[in-house]
Amino acid sequence: MAIDSGAPKESFRLSMLLYDTRYRSITIQIFALFMLMLGAAWLVDNTVRNLAALGKDFSFDFLWNTSGYDISQRPLEYDSTSTHSRAAIVGLLNTLILAVMACATATVIGVVAGVLRLSNNWIVAKLMTVYIETFRNVPVLIWIIVTSAVMSESMPAPRDFRGEDATASMQLFDSIAITNRGVYVPSPLFERGLPDLTLGSLALSLNAIAFLVVVIASIWINRRLVANATRVQNETGVRPRTWWKSLLILFVPAIALLVALGFHLEYPELRGFNFSGGIQMRNSLIAMWIGLSIYTAAFIAEIVRAGIMAISKGQTEAAFALGLQPGRTMRLVILPQALRVIVPPLISQYLNITKNTSLGLAVGYMDLRSTLGGITINQTGRELEGMLLMMLIYLAISLLISGVMNYYNNRVKLKER
Amino acid sequence: MKKTVFLSSLAVAALATGMASATTLEDVQARGTLNCGVSTGVNGFSAPDANGVWQGFDVAVCRAVAAAVLGDPMAVNFVPTTGQTRFTALASGEIDMLARNTTWTFSRDVDLGFTFVGVNYYDGQGFMVPRELGVSSATELEGATVCIQTGTTTELNLADFFRVNNMSYEPVPIETNAEAQQQYLAGACDVYTTDASGLAATRASFEAPGDHVILPEIISKEPLGPVVRHGDDQWADIGRWTLNALIAAEELGVTSANLEQMAAGTNNPEINRLLGSEGSLGEMLGLDAEWARRAIAAGGNYGEIFAATIGESTPIGLARGLNAQWTQGGLMYAPPFR
Amino acid sequence: MSDTHAQTVPYVRDTMLSPQDPPSSQVGVTKWMRENLFDGWVSAVLTVLAVAAIGYAIVHLYPWFANSVWNADSLTQCREILDGATGACWAVIRVNWLQLIFGFYPPDLYWRPVLLFVLLFVAIAPILFPSVPRKVLWFSALYPFLAVWLLWGGSLWTILAVLAGFVIGYLVMVGTHKMGAVVSVGLTILVPVAYWYFLAGPLASGINSVVPIEVTPVASRDFGGFMISVVIGVAGIALSLPLGILLALGRQSNMLLIKWMSVIFIEFVRGVPLITLLFTASLLLNYFLPPGTNFDLILRVIIMVTLFATAYMAEVIRGGLAALPRGQYEAADALGLDYWKAQRLIIMPQALKISIPGIVNTFIGLFKDTTLVVFIGILDPIGRASAIRATSDWQGVYWELFIFIGAVFWIFCFGMSRYSMHLERRLKTDHR
Repeated sequence: MAIDSGAPKESFRLSMLLYDTRYRSITIQIFALFMLMLGAAWLVDNTVRNLAALGKDFSFDFLWNTSGYDISQRPLEYDSTSTHSRAAIVGLLNTLILAVMACATATVIGVVAGVLRLSNNWIVAKLMTVYIETFRNVPVLIWIIVTSAVMSESMPAPRDFRGEDATASMQLFDSIAITNRGVYVPSPLFERGLPDLTLGSLALSLNAIAFLVVVIASIWINRRLVANATRVQNETGVRPRTWWKSLLILFVPAIALLVALGFHLEYPELRGFNFSGGIQMRNSLIAMWIGLSIYTAAFIAEIVRAGIMAISKGQTEAAFALGLQPGRTMRLVILPQALRVIVPPLISQYLNITKNTSLGLAVGYMDLRSTLGGITINQTGRELEGMLLMMLIYLAISLLISGVMNYYNNRVKLKER
Repeated sequence: MKKTVFLSSLAVAALATGMASATTLEDVQARGTLNCGVSTGVNGFSAPDANGVWQGFDVAVCRAVAAAVLGDPMAVNFVPTTGQTRFTALASGEIDMLARNTTWTFSRDVDLGFTFVGVNYYDGQGFMVPRELGVSSATELEGATVCIQTGTTTELNLADFFRVNNMSYEPVPIETNAEAQQQYLAGACDVYTTDASGLAATRASFEAPGDHVILPEIISKEPLGPVVRHGDDQWADIGRWTLNALIAAEELGVTSANLEQMAAGTNNPEINRLLGSEGSLGEMLGLDAEWARRAIAAGGNYGEIFAATIGESTPIGLARGLNAQWTQGGLMYAPPFR
Repeated sequence: MSDTHAQTVPYVRDTMLSPQDPPSSQVGVTKWMRENLFDGWVSAVLTVLAVAAIGYAIVHLYPWFANSVWNADSLTQCREILDGATGACWAVIRVNWLQLIFGFYPPDLYWRPVLLFVLLFVAIAPILFPSVPRKVLWFSALYPFLAVWLLWGGSLWTILAVLAGFVIGYLVMVGTHKMGAVVSVGLTILVPVAYWYFLAGPLASGINSVVPIEVTPVASRDFGGFMISVVIGVAGIALSLPLGILLALGRQSNMLLIKWMSVIFIEFVRGVPLITLLFTASLLLNYFLPPGTNFDLILRVIIMVTLFATAYMAEVIRGGLAALPRGQYEAADALGLDYWKAQRLIIMPQALKISIPGIVNTFIGLFKDTTLVVFIGILDPIGRASAIRATSDWQGVYWELFIFIGAVFWIFCFGMSRYSMHLERRLKTDHR
């Protein structure tokens, strides 16, 4: 108390807003907020005046108008009489499909390349180094365009498959056709299939759902069986034979279901100008998929390598001392620890893939950028609304991915004690 | 830090010049050049030649306007625009006039806030296929893969055409004419569709034009014409009447050969009014009396421009067809100069 | 000694045997191959696969390279010369390489970008190499002005008039030093801005009409090829560095509002694809500026690329700040330095030094991303390449063009990444 009374009691003066550190930060913040709002007001005012000068308004009504254009790759029911919003959703789904496919393959290639680059095998290690350094130092756009050019210029056209002296033929017992318009693979069909479940405008295939349910159920039962065997082993020291039970549980119900539904494959067939039947993976999708995968995989390989190298040599030696074989050492000791180093930069690579899907424009892949941000904007003249909406969607996807991955990262981290 | 300020000062300088905007005519005259938006390259309509000088049918309209307004047909800055960027470029004032085979439609005229000053080419969307496919009509295209340029009315017409005829197709959207051409030649699509004139121009640039046929169906009306911003009627009038002057000149028999002689005065009062030896039409536009004379001198009358850039004697080889004078059964009809 | 041996053991060797050669599997090539190529069957299989892959590539690529054609005017001619054999048609590069590098920049003015490119290394030398004299930093500060003048041409006086604004600002700062911080800072910002806005333009054109010093002006739309990639990349990085520092400090700030503003900006820019920002530059920027405003597309692109790079730069520098030991901050506080002095004298020099590898990596990323400008109609190398592929002479050429473009990018990016690794190693030893 005595100390307090010693300090001079100052009354508040205006200059204290600037020279007293207690108040200065508030002053600066208010000033910054003021400038920010001023700047925002300036931008909004300009925009309003510009829109008025062009005789436009700011409204998202255009989303409910008929789009009038067609999209080749449609995960949802869509035709040119659908609305712009539906076109945007189809585009968004295409973006997500591509992102998921590219993330998966990039991870696989990246992990393999990263591990192999650390291999004792000189030639393999060098080969991987060449791969990594070549691919990550050249812009991804070039890889995408090159893949697309290779696909469209050097693969046979569908008409080359025709006739007696066809210059091209289908691969793998006539089931896969590789053409300059895409790759056609057989598609699963059901003779006595269940009807589609329609939820609003969304159609869900009950066949696929039934199959998934059966597979998940069998896996769950199998795990129970294995857990039970382990318990028996712990109690009696003898592990009961389970492999044939496992096989039965895993495969019989699924196969039975498929037979019951009349499962068969529909092979692609050359009809008219194009192959029909089967599933077509268009050139644009393949070019984007391969381009993004091989480019990002080079970065992931480096991340994996750095992660493995970050684990001290002692861990490997300790595992060897316990008698673990190199493969198990990698799987049980090194990778779980390396994962903690690997996951955060891996997240940002996944984010990069998702953002780079917007390059689909280069090869005509109808993603969100090409539908909502491309044709829709162009046909309706709603650049402002369209771009804004598109940016928000991308932002939401990015935040979602980083949110999910950070949650996972935290869970991995918790095990660190 | 310094660099930032420097750039913002550049921006400030740009703002300062931008804000002094008056009418488009005054802007253009103050600048001394006309900023004209053209396509990134369609043979015959607008493409730079080997020396980098822009040539073509659309380019000629720009040159005529520049000649009328500035007195120099070469005082044009050509700004290449894509289907996606053209309207923004015009709306933002980056270009004064868009002469890039742009279709006149209701929504572009009314909703997007532009003014079409006329039609310099009546076109329609057609299809080109390789001859070896043996297709003779567009109704045989069931299931075909079609290359289209995005950002145009083409994709909407195409969707309508296939829906009306109850056929399926596979659209391959492509950014530029060049890429579309390349995909089509590589066989990545069976059909290339765009305006019939563009198809003819594209085919003319092929190594073996005879291997490709343009199908007889024309599936849309595509009146192509120069566009200006809505709201500056004086500038729109200049564009409209320069185009009309070119068309009227052909109708009245004024050519670049006899221009000087006719400008001295003829016994046809309409020619005299057009060429400025009688009346004061130029002043009403805010230009001088000889504006139309200069516009015609730039590249000749409409018929001469057509013949020199896309006519039958050029590699493009387009017939006049709908684009003949109304006196010869076409649609080219200039309102009277009086 | 030998006597004792003679008594205790029957036989003792008194000369050493010459050592035997190690078994053939333990020396030379064989040993190396056993250890590095055939260490276990997995390794052996991999080796065989790798050799097969390399062999396959060589067998298929060798004739293509060996039969390269350098002199031809079109692909058809190339094919005639090759006469059915496979072979690369490098003639397309030979004919077009100047356009791929400079775009439509006037050929007689090529020396200007080339000179600037060489001078760029002089300008960044003091930052990259500690042994270069500090005085070169003055050149680094002047370099941007020189670059703008030489690239776009026009009157030297415009540049000098703009430059004079900084001198005026400095003089005002010194002159008003005694009038208190607020007035001083306010005037230091206001006076030069007012000068630029009202005086600089007339002044420059006035002097220029009396003593014209001009070089041929070149319009932005004539820029293209690799030149545009380098211009956008270098400008983006140079401009984003100061902004990134501010943003990184903002994100670390104790002031909640400033912190949140920085976080939102950084996360927004990092969350959307660069291409949407570029489209904003080409489609939307005109909406946000006063009606009638219109400026150069390349300038607009540089602004958006700068914003993009700023967010990444801020994260790199934040990493550098976080790597500094807490003690450095406390030491600065203990010396009684205020915030800006502490940043300028203690924190930033160290944090920036740690961040240089990260900055170089950001630059590599940005440089590669400049290829995206092709989508808004700027003729960068890829744009030029598709234009070349569309001409009737070169229809069907793709490998040669993309190999050339890819190789140039690779040389730049690989060189820079090696440099950044070298730097990382050098900086690491400094800290031990």
